[in-house]
Amino acid sequence: MKILALDSSGLVAGVALTEDDILIAEYTTDYKKTHSQTLLPMLDELKKMVELDLYTVDVIGVAAGPGSFTGLRIGAATAKGLGLALGVKLAAVPTVDALAYNLYGCEKVICPMMDARRGQVYTGLYTFAARDDAAETEKEASQAGSGAAEAGTGEMRGGYLEMRVLMEQRAMSVRDLADAVNRLGRETVFLGDGVPVCLEALRPLLQVPFALAPSSCNRQRAAAVAVLAGRMAKQGRLVEADAFSPEYLRVSQAERERMEADEAQRERMKAGITPHARA
Amino acid sequence: MDSVKEEVLILAVETSCDETAAAVVRNGRDVLSNVIYSQIDLHTLYGGVVPEIASRKHIEKICPVIRKALSDAGTALSDITAVAVTYGPGLVGALLVGVSAAKAIAFAAEKPLVGVHHIEGHICANYIENKELEPPFLCLVVSGGHSHLVMVKDYGVYEILGRTRDDAAGEAFDKVARAIGLGYPGGPKIDRVSRSGNPDAVHFPRAKVDDNVYDFSFSGLKSAVLNYLNGCQMKGVEIDPADVAASFQKSVVDVLVEHSMRAAAQYGAKKFAIAGGVASNSHLREALEAACAERGIAFYRPSPLLCTDNAAMIGAAGYYEYRKGTRHGWDLNAVPGLKLGER
Repeated sequence: MKILALDSSGLVAGVALTEDDILIAEYTTDYKKTHSQTLLPMLDELKKMVELDLYTVDVIGVAAGPGSFTGLRIGAATAKGLGLALGVKLAAVPTVDALAYNLYGCEKVICPMMDARRGQVYTGLYTFAARDDAAETEKEASQAGSGAAEAGTGEMRGGYLEMRVLMEQRAMSVRDLADAVNRLGRETVFLGDGVPVCLEALRPLLQVPFALAPSSCNRQRAAAVAVLAGRMAKQGRLVEADAFSPEYLRVSQAERERMEADEAQRERMKAGITPHARA
Repeated sequence: MDSVKEEVLILAVETSCDETAAAVVRNGRDVLSNVIYSQIDLHTLYGGVVPEIASRKHIEKICPVIRKALSDAGTALSDITAVAVTYGPGLVGALLVGVSAAKAIAFAAEKPLVGVHHIEGHICANYIENKELEPPFLCLVVSGGHSHLVMVKDYGVYEILGRTRDDAAGEAFDKVARAIGLGYPGGPKIDRVSRSGNPDAVHFPRAKVDDNVYDFSFSGLKSAVLNYLNGCQMKGVEIDPADVAASFQKSVVDVLVEHSMRAAAQYGAKKFAIAGGVASNSHLREALEAACAERGIAFYRPSPLLCTDNAAMIGAAGYYEYRKGTRHGWDLNAVPGLKLGER
């Protein structure tokens, strides 16, 4: 299965092409240009370099959010346009999951962070473990041609490790994130473009040993999106290009303000104050 | 332009504000399909277009709208000659959805990409229903975001004679409509209610701009209306919204007609066209038509559906750009403040 993956959810722009267990090409940039100026030219470079016939692509994987609203939409509109023109479906890969997947095999707690502004980060908590589901692992291992599968005991016997979600991706304050990490009470590895922004605020709140990931794996990688897109394809969890929208995890400011105003109005009504009442 | 033998089919995409639109246009003038998804109801709640909400809606609608444009036209993507897309001016987040999708489609289908100026699209809307219209002509472009008096010297060659110094004409309509309780969008509402009002009930100022006789200013007029309303409220005088709307509208129309006719005389224009959302205002159309008739100037206007934002006009403009050899790269970006005639 050939998968073309895109990630423009954060500061990084990435495109990757995988076929089964092989990464054929990957192009990652973290540069001041907008994703509108980088993403498609990068895909064009990749296409030329590996003489890709786009019509052989089976699935388009896209980092579906959360992330920068504009970045998500550039990725989404690009993926949708490709999906429409090529007649293929999309795999909407949760951004934070894909970011965590860069630390494949890590049995510590993995904590990706993306700057979400307003004192918040987009984050989640993950770890890797041997699979308990023998049938699933065996199927996967045989598809990958890697021979023996693991037994149902979680023993490692040549399949893939499973990424476990300890806390699903969400927007939360640095303080709440520190609480969640502290509650797990385990060594934690942080990564993502939220690290340079939030580490100073986070550091004094942490009560667990922690480490940072290096530049080779501390930002979005489209190859990780491709791997997770492949998993989703095998599970039949694909979406039509027409139906796909990013997962923003947040309403727009205008909607938030309107909801807050409505809420305040309800509170006033509850307190018996009508809008026209005068003191 | 020489006679065209080859058939050029443009797939056009427009998402600069709150309409998600796609069209297929043959040889710049034949509209094979024109699909518009209007978000207006969504934004009415907020009294104006909310950029983030508009962008999110564009993402939801972009593929179905493009797909419908292709199927309504009975064309496959492979039949398309080039893909044209509005890349400015407009709301940056909204523009980016159309630009990104159009680029990806052109890239995947290996078609040339042509970026189009939104106002150029409005001007070219006139070519669609007036097959005989060719440059040079004078064009008044009036919409929610723009007020320009433009000499169209040739296809894609423009000289801007005048522009607004502050509010666009459509913006003034929206603000005044809100002030007299008509709600959003102001243009069509003022147009309708004015029919039962007296346009001479209140005399509002006709603003002149000193150093350029063709420039417009509408913020003074808007303030005059607001002051009048405040004054009435303080004196306890009940206002007739229809009279205020009609009087305000007359002031706008008078200024637009006067500037247009002065430019027409100065530049010896034989043809005059209007474009943009405000060009669908019935009073403005009637007044300009009459003024042109008096002076023996041929008058052109698109039907209302082609005045407001649509992609057919982008297909028309895209065709002439394509014929001129305009091609954009895969790094085409949205340019929210794009100037007319700028590449």
